Amino acid sequence: MDADVTPQLVERARAASAEGTPLRIVGGDTRRFYGRDVAGDAFPTREHAGILRHDPAELVLTARGGTSLTEVEAVLAGRGQRLPFDPPRFGAGTTLGGAVASGLAGPARAWAGPVRDYVLGVRLLTGDGRVLRFGGEVMKNVAGYDVARVMAGSLGILGVLLEVSLKVLPRPAAERTLVLDVSEHEALERLGGLSSSTLPLSASAWSAGRLHLRFEGSEATLDEIERRIGGEVDEHAVEFWTAVRDHTGAALAGTGPLWRCTLPPLSPALPMGTPLLVEWNGQQRWYRPAPGVDVQAVAAAVGGHATAFRRDAGTTDAFAPLPPAVLRLHRELKRVFDPAGVLNPGRMYAGL
Amino acid sequence: MSVEACTPFECDALNTQRHRPDLVVLPRTASAVLDVLRACRRRSVPVVARGAGTGLSGGALPVAGGVLLVLSRLDRILEIDVARRLARVEPGVTNLGISQAVAGHGLYYAPDPSSQVACTIGGNVAENSGGVHCLKHGLTVHNVLAARVATMDGEELVLGSTSGEAPGLPLLALVTGSEGMLGVVLEVTVLLKPRPARVELLLAAFGDVRRAADAVGRIIASGVVPAGLEMMDAPAIRAAEAFVRCGYPVDAEALLLCELDGLPADVERDLDAVRRLLLDCGATSLRVAASEAERLRMWSGRKSAFPAVGRLAPDYFCMDGTIPRRHLADVLERIAELSREAGLPVANVFHAGDGNLHPLILFDAGRAGDVERAEHLGAAILELCVAVGGTVTGEHGVGVEKLGPMCTQFGAGELEAFHAVKHAFDPAGLLNPGKAVPTLARCADYGAMRVHGGKLPFGHLPRF
Repeated sequence: MDADVTPQLVERARAASAEGTPLRIVGGDTRRFYGRDVAGDAFPTREHAGILRHDPAELVLTARGGTSLTEVEAVLAGRGQRLPFDPPRFGAGTTLGGAVASGLAGPARAWAGPVRDYVLGVRLLTGDGRVLRFGGEVMKNVAGYDVARVMAGSLGILGVLLEVSLKVLPRPAAERTLVLDVSEHEALERLGGLSSSTLPLSASAWSAGRLHLRFEGSEATLDEIERRIGGEVDEHAVEFWTAVRDHTGAALAGTGPLWRCTLPPLSPALPMGTPLLVEWNGQQRWYRPAPGVDVQAVAAAVGGHATAFRRDAGTTDAFAPLPPAVLRLHRELKRVFDPAGVLNPGRMYAGL
Repeated sequence: MSVEACTPFECDALNTQRHRPDLVVLPRTASAVLDVLRACRRRSVPVVARGAGTGLSGGALPVAGGVLLVLSRLDRILEIDVARRLARVEPGVTNLGISQAVAGHGLYYAPDPSSQVACTIGGNVAENSGGVHCLKHGLTVHNVLAARVATMDGEELVLGSTSGEAPGLPLLALVTGSEGMLGVVLEVTVLLKPRPARVELLLAAFGDVRRAADAVGRIIASGVVPAGLEMMDAPAIRAAEAFVRCGYPVDAEALLLCELDGLPADVERDLDAVRRLLLDCGATSLRVAASEAERLRMWSGRKSAFPAVGRLAPDYFCMDGTIPRRHLADVLERIAELSREAGLPVANVFHAGDGNLHPLILFDAGRAGDVERAEHLGAAILELCVAVGGTVTGEHGVGVEKLGPMCTQFGAGELEAFHAVKHAFDPAGLLNPGKAVPTLARCADYGAMRVHGGKLPFGHLPRF
């Protein structure tokens, strides 16, 4: 469903800013759990949809923020390309704008890099109804501050993504997933070795004693890797990685608060019990810790940080606290793009 | 420092603009940098940070009544972590210095601007420097994990994280490429990559530019991501061949250099695919470097293209626009027309894979009217880049050089937002004032000089 509803969105933002009415930006409403709770009127953006440009020779796709992520990925797949950061979806309606604004990446992130690496440009609706264009549709662009990349993971606190231009990449010639039976400790050892090798390890996941390793390249390369690494070939790898990405697999099944720890490379096992799932060569680990464990402190002790990814009713904050000077800059930037403070107030941090 | 000692700092690599600095400070430690900033902030003295001064857009041009803060003596490599593939370095360490320090471990730092022997990593962060291998291996912003940055208030910020994901907004990406306007880099943690197991370089000649441009799009659409994909036109080919005798086909109208790297079997497959595509696109000759020595010789012509073209005329301006690749052939043809109209030759050397053009405008500053004609031609080329959906600067930065063309690319709303972002980091406006983002008043003047169809940009602004 293609529609440009910019004028209506502008009008709504202007009115909200004038009246001081907080708005909760709603795309597909599939990531509502992520970040702090927002008290505000729903500001639906999904209608503002449509792929505007995709020329495979440019490696760039531009689409309106409300475009369905599934549609974007289908169009790319049809031309042998993909979104390299492998965005997860936690429901059918995930939008492209939501995927970028949440800044969440899937299993391929350890290989391909974070969401912000692929943001080339945005058309942004500010809180007070300005429509601004930052970046563009080219790979190299140093004209003006790189405001577009700041939108990756901004959780809507600076503006609504009316349009996003992303760098896309070709799909690999082939992929192969090998499975090894190892303990958490052995898995971390192996991942450490693999991540400092030249092997094209495009994803990894350890859970309940099973380590899945995905490699990409030509068949000849994959045959050679299989000989070196051993293990069994996973015949249902596509389904497996989709389940890891979207949290629909056995590893994260169940209820209760879910914590994500993001860690420097080669971090040791954390003194917090066995993780439910270890991804990104050991740099992203998921836990349902026992009550009373200070997850932030445990992650910070090894130089990482933790996110209360799915919170229980008693937890208000989602993200690791920022140093005062950095938090002050967040406040200043919020004032630049949302002077009345009406867009997703408090979604990232209190007072933002 | 004596007046003589200050003179070398009066410009960066954009040497048409000079101002001898009133005071040059060369600190050796990060804490001394913070002290200088605090002292200047108290006295409302502007500060311009400078690394090696290799920038091409005048970003490190001193400002009157200000301090030039030269960071080249903060040149220690603080930590090399081979297992984690990280290096933590001070801002004055050179780009190539990082790669050399880790070469023994089979690692390197990927972004490779042409000035990499001299340019510093602090300057690379300030400019978001590119190079010839960006399409596959990324820009500075993709290869820096964390940085310690000082604000003009003398406050230290830790941005990014070795985990690759820091909480909050990705402010490291905002500071990267901010041209020393938002903060001063005190320390950088960079990502190191393993040297590829195999590297192959192809050289293809074409009888016309359009075929070469088409080949660029065909290669990328085929699913191959070359490590480098460079193009040169006839004037650039001939100049390079005359300068370094690198074996380029001087009768060709266009030349493509395509580098492939990776695991041997993958490179082998891509090499076959690219070879077939190039022939299919009408390449008149095709060569694959048979040895490392030949590969380096084939690169030498491209890498010395600027000085080689520089021998053709007393002066040249290097443009830096980026365009969507599909417009490559049309834009090159239009540049040739503009060049004929201006009566000034233009040679083209560029990162075709990224769509990043470097038209070199040849002129003689000693000849009456030449500088103005060259500047006019340059502005017309950059406006063309913007008109087809591109940008006025792909990797050299705005500095002072492209303040005018910035008015073509951005409207008043975006420029006001940029000034507000600057104000968020530097409320007193003392850090590198007057660079990178034009004032609205300046754009009004620029518009008045360059009226399009009787319609002035920034028509709502009062004029004085």
